[in-house]
Amino acid sequence: MLETAPSLLAQLSFPAPMAGVTLFHYLFVAACLFAIGVIGFLSRRNLIIMFLCTELMFQGAALALIALGRYHLNHTGEVFVIFVLTIAAAEAALALGLVVYLYRRKGTLDSEAWAALKG
Amino acid sequence: MLEPVAQLATRLLSSAALAAEPGEKAVAHPIQLPELTNAPGGPSLAYLLLIPLLPLIGAVLCAIYRALGLRNKSAAWTSVALLAASFILSVMACLDVVASGTGRAIVHGFEWINMTWGAGEGRSISADFSFYLDPISGLWMLFVTGLATLIALYASEYMSGDVRNARINRFYGAFCLFVFSMACLVMGDNLLLLFLGWEGVGLCSYLLIGYYHDKPSAVAAAKKAFILNRVGDVGLALGIMFTFVAFGSIEYDVIFRKTAELQEAALAGATIPWFVEAIPLLFMVGAFGKSAQLPLYVWLPDAMEGPTPVSALIHAATMVTAGVYLIARTLPLFALNPDALVWVAWIGGLTALLAATIGMAVFDIKRIMAYSTVSQLGYMFLGLGVLAPTGAAYHVFTHAFFKATLFLACGAVMHGFAGQLDLRKLSGLWGVKGWKVVSAAMLVGCLCLAGVPFTSGFFSKDQIIAEAFVTSGPGYTLLGLIALLTAGLTAYYSFRAYFRVFHGPVEYHPGADHHGDEPLAEEEAKENEVAHGHAHDDRHFHPHAPGWAINAVLAVLLVGSLLAAVPYFIDKDHKGWVGGLVHASPTDARVLPDGAQVIAGAKHSFFGLGDPHTVMYFVSGAIALIGIAVAWWLHLAGRTSAAHSRADALKRRLGAIGRAAEHKWYVDEIYNVIFRVPLLVLANLFYLLDKLLIDGLVELFGALPRWFGRRVQPIQSGSLQGYAAGMAAGVALLLFLAWAAPALVVWMGR
Repeated sequence: MLETAPSLLAQLSFPAPMAGVTLFHYLFVAACLFAIGVIGFLSRRNLIIMFLCTELMFQGAALALIALGRYHLNHTGEVFVIFVLTIAAAEAALALGLVVYLYRRKGTLDSEAWAALKG
Repeated sequence: MLEPVAQLATRLLSSAALAAEPGEKAVAHPIQLPELTNAPGGPSLAYLLLIPLLPLIGAVLCAIYRALGLRNKSAAWTSVALLAASFILSVMACLDVVASGTGRAIVHGFEWINMTWGAGEGRSISADFSFYLDPISGLWMLFVTGLATLIALYASEYMSGDVRNARINRFYGAFCLFVFSMACLVMGDNLLLLFLGWEGVGLCSYLLIGYYHDKPSAVAAAKKAFILNRVGDVGLALGIMFTFVAFGSIEYDVIFRKTAELQEAALAGATIPWFVEAIPLLFMVGAFGKSAQLPLYVWLPDAMEGPTPVSALIHAATMVTAGVYLIARTLPLFALNPDALVWVAWIGGLTALLAATIGMAVFDIKRIMAYSTVSQLGYMFLGLGVLAPTGAAYHVFTHAFFKATLFLACGAVMHGFAGQLDLRKLSGLWGVKGWKVVSAAMLVGCLCLAGVPFTSGFFSKDQIIAEAFVTSGPGYTLLGLIALLTAGLTAYYSFRAYFRVFHGPVEYHPGADHHGDEPLAEEEAKENEVAHGHAHDDRHFHPHAPGWAINAVLAVLLVGSLLAAVPYFIDKDHKGWVGGLVHASPTDARVLPDGAQVIAGAKHSFFGLGDPHTVMYFVSGAIALIGIAVAWWLHLAGRTSAAHSRADALKRRLGAIGRAAEHKWYVDEIYNVIFRVPLLVLANLFYLLDKLLIDGLVELFGALPRWFGRRVQPIQSGSLQGYAAGMAAGVALLLFLAWAAPALVVWMGR
């Protein structure tokens, strides 16, 4: 019991400069980021904006991972996020390239212009 | 009178030291065969294997020639040489078997099929590639290889039109393969090897009937022959299976030994099991298919679509006698079921009569010969059925010669007159230069076929007819009268063809083929076209007289047909040389216990006139002469031109009957209605069933997903945000469920 006490304490609150900020706050921010991303993705038609919104959702997820990693006192979440960001960077280059290419084809960034597979 | 000749012949036959005097020839009781043959010290008969092997080599060589694309007579000369060698070996083998005095020889080739599935009787089957030479198979091999050699030589000229075509190699390849198969059929020492040969000759027959494969009628005839033979083959195959079930072996030696045991048991009062009684009936079905008997005879006349040498060898002299051979070979089995013999006799007699009536009415001389073959085969079966295997075997022997002669003479006419075979379009060929040998061959062939006294056909046919009166059986006297009537009809139709084509005013119209099977060089064809500028002007047509090969073969066969009467005077004790052969083989009627019953009730009298065998010489001779006289009166004395004769008025008076006979009694049409139409209806029914039910089900299973897909298709709106919303909603739903699930479980558990 005595050995586990410090870790329990650490779990209850984050380091001193941010005393009073708990896991819940981090998760709330992450959820907000994600929700903003979803709403933006669903409501905007500009491909670049939609792409930015997906990045927002990404960040929301990443924040949640880091917060949970800290909460569990290990680095799994952080390591995972580093990998995710690396891949997200590569994917961003690819996706932006695609957007440019699509723009060249149709002269517009409207996502509705691409509905050739409509049933 | 002929006894010295006979003795000389026997001495020659029995090669020097081992000769047995004709009188004291060791006549083993055929069922109690000597223990085994290739006794040490006996003559080595290993060369017997070469008899089938040489034609097989010939077939392989012809296949190689075809692959090389040879367009010359190499295939012809190869075949003639190998077949001649095979013939010489057959003669040697027969002499050696006679000399060995054992009556038969078994030469082991190699192990072919050998299966065991347990210990004890009937738990193993073995069929080796071994050959069984006894007097009966020796007799068959003699005329099979001999005639094959002669006919291959004839074909070297007859098929000369095809020499510029590489398919000629196919002809000789199938020809040699046929002789190989026939040798397996005749000399095989077990029923499976016989079956191999049986199917092999059927295949070769199919290949050769359809040799002119660009001719639809030839292809149809080939298919017809093959399919009708399958019907019979089912019987044979089942018979072989039943034989194995009954005797635990399919080797002749074992079968004959166990048959004898069964006979003894039956005489002691035991009942013969049904599956043993079924064997002869099944073999009979097979024989009727191969030998073109009622109701399966319809393929043989159509088989005349093949080249004439093929018709002569396969469809007249050799293959079609395989059925007779089968029954002669397994005659001891027939003794176990006397009803089968009655069937054989009656079917044979009725076939003989029916085919003869058709032969009287058709106009194509080759078809007349085909129907006469069916009719003569009927005689052979009649002979077997009335327990005259000697007469049947002798008739096979003489028929092989004179029918080959007749067919080859018809072939020469066909070859020379551009495929013309209609007897209304040919007349007076004796008067045309270069046709003497053909005419003489035709005359001799017709004399033998008609059974004119002192010809070979006369002696062989008489034995059969007389025996029908001697043997007592259900309606056998009527059967004998039918056979006598048929003999008269035979004389009439053979001389109808002969008088019309070879006598009377010289007149000929070429047939549709330009020079028969011989495609003309282009200039020559053009020249002919000019010559035939106006319709019915055939004066400029020059018949193509037969060359040395055709004439030589016809001359040999002509003499052979006449000399085939000589064996009748050799070995008088057994009703001729062939009788002696039959007597020394398992095919001896005297061993049949039922035969003994039948003969016990035999009446050795022909309507109170005396011994049927003696009376028959006069009766059947007179009938043959009457038939010829009628043919002469109707078709020679009363004929003004090739097409018109006194018979026309008679036919008009006959009206519908004449027309029906000319249309072969509409048998093909009746078969069409009875078999082909119902099958076609059934096939269409199955087609519809397949189309509607099976296909419908499959289509339904294909259509359901398609229909469902069409319904949900609008979901694919093409709007990126729509999809995203769907995804988000899905995730939300999952989350909700994950949250609500514990509560749900609790609620449901309540």
